[in-house]
Amino acid sequence: MSTTSLKASEMTGTALTMYRISTWLKSPKPYLMLIGVGFILAIWYLFVEVWQLPRFEDMPGLTEVVIEYFNPDPIYGLSIYTPEYYTHIGISLRRIAYAFFLATVLGVPLGLFLGWSRKFHEFIFPLFELLRPIPILAWVPLAIIMFSGSETPVIFLTFLASFFATTLNTMLGVQSIDESYTRAARCLGANGWQTFRHVIVPGAMPYIFTGLQISIGVAWFSLVAGEMVSGQFGLGYVINTAYTMVTYPTIVIGMITLGVTGFVTSTMVRMAGDFMMQWRVRELALGDN
Amino acid sequence: MSTTMNTDTNSQTIVTKGAIRIEDVVKVYDPDGAAVMAVDHCSIDIPGGEICMIVGPSGCGKTTLLNAIAGFHGITSGEIYLDNELLCGPGKMQAEPGSDRIVVFQNGALFPWKSNLENVVFGPMMEGRLSKKEVYDKALKMMADAGLSGTEHSFPGEVSSGLRRRVEIVRALMLDPKVLLFDEPYRALDSLTKSVMHEALLDIYYKNKVTIFFITHDLEEAIFLGHRLIIMSSRPCKPKKIVEVDIPHPRDYSVLTSPRFRELMEEAKGVVNEEAKKAFEAGEKEG
Repeated sequence: MSTTSLKASEMTGTALTMYRISTWLKSPKPYLMLIGVGFILAIWYLFVEVWQLPRFEDMPGLTEVVIEYFNPDPIYGLSIYTPEYYTHIGISLRRIAYAFFLATVLGVPLGLFLGWSRKFHEFIFPLFELLRPIPILAWVPLAIIMFSGSETPVIFLTFLASFFATTLNTMLGVQSIDESYTRAARCLGANGWQTFRHVIVPGAMPYIFTGLQISIGVAWFSLVAGEMVSGQFGLGYVINTAYTMVTYPTIVIGMITLGVTGFVTSTMVRMAGDFMMQWRVRELALGDN
Repeated sequence: MSTTMNTDTNSQTIVTKGAIRIEDVVKVYDPDGAAVMAVDHCSIDIPGGEICMIVGPSGCGKTTLLNAIAGFHGITSGEIYLDNELLCGPGKMQAEPGSDRIVVFQNGALFPWKSNLENVVFGPMMEGRLSKKEVYDKALKMMADAGLSGTEHSFPGEVSSGLRRRVEIVRALMLDPKVLLFDEPYRALDSLTKSVMHEALLDIYYKNKVTIFFITHDLEEAIFLGHRLIIMSSRPCKPKKIVEVDIPHPRDYSVLTSPRFRELMEEAKGVVNEEAKKAFEAGEKEG
């Protein structure tokens, strides 16, 4: 085991990714995962289409959804062959990108300063803690009143949820840094700004990326809420419209698409984190074996 | 017998810098409230270049003394001098942390996000006095001297804890400090690694004569490394007994089995046990 861990610790980039994929395929994990997914699909198929249990009979069935999803000429107007499908995905992704970018660019520095300066913390944090528990849905009316059009309110709502998660985790990250590190930096002659740059920022990095993971998750959550209320495009809008128009298979298509895009974006965030924290990846790789 | 002053053991370390004088230092935590006295009228005189071992039960206030010298917190009264310059005292109760006194921490404080080499160059790079190339050349040479070749580009988390400690000492020595302050640096190591580390530390010490202020509760470690043991009373902390270790340097591990070592061990053990018992009865955590 020690030789494989050494190998893993020496590799970087693509080689490391390929190595991880091959070990993953050799482990029982992917097969257990397939069994899990298959189990849920089987229940769906049996409950709705075979047994037609009460309360399930109106639901779109598995075969109905799959046929609609891959239909070049979809009955309800949305499948992987229709350009609108990609317009909706694109618009949702764009909103996520704007909101996530803004939340990161504003939230990380704010969190760093909240953790670093006690005075700043006392000044800002109580206000922050008052605003944070307000559910995103409660912001919907204000967002619509404050911003014109349908685009900015949705981006604002998405941003807000992400922003709180990122800021709070970054602040916790700074507070979690062992005092020995800052003391060592001062001993070694670093001034305040150098300590901030070389100790506080990298020291908080693991928490920052945990925050960004949460942030991208809640971004999708509030995006769909926003799109259902005030959007004209986007996956939340697709689901809501399909509901009011009684085109049920489209609801499920929207939901599956959200699952996949959400998974892809949060994997991207995790990969960015691994890329920026090689020290941590290597440390954890050794710890695993 | 062992308390005869300055035997020729110390005379071979002809170092003029790095003398620490602690004069009548008192430290009271929370003077207006609980008023816990950590250090009680403590006076210690450490000549430059000495390895001075501060021995005492855990929680007795040894670290408080170290933190005062390092400048991490202030003292309530008294004075501390480094080479006759006031570090802290009346009018300036907290010393300014500086690269002339570098701490090697209890749990190690190498930055895990920097490679070993980047850690070693940290001090001089922050200082910015030397060019980048000069700093890196010096760092590579010092790491090679300390037997750290091959670990330069690993992260601290990837090497053994023994190697990590060595990297940390080299990082400190890069700035040519007058004093190294050790806060029980080897307490988390197993006894085998510990013995290797002790020899490595002496090795580094013989090459770079600095004053070493070393806190420990391990008596064997204290006698093996030190020129002198200062055994502290349990809280509040003040020197209770001074033991001169007249075993000549350079030392290696054969010292541990020598009769003189055993004698010194016996002599110190009684005092230490008595203090540990007192601390235990007072409800301090034993460790």
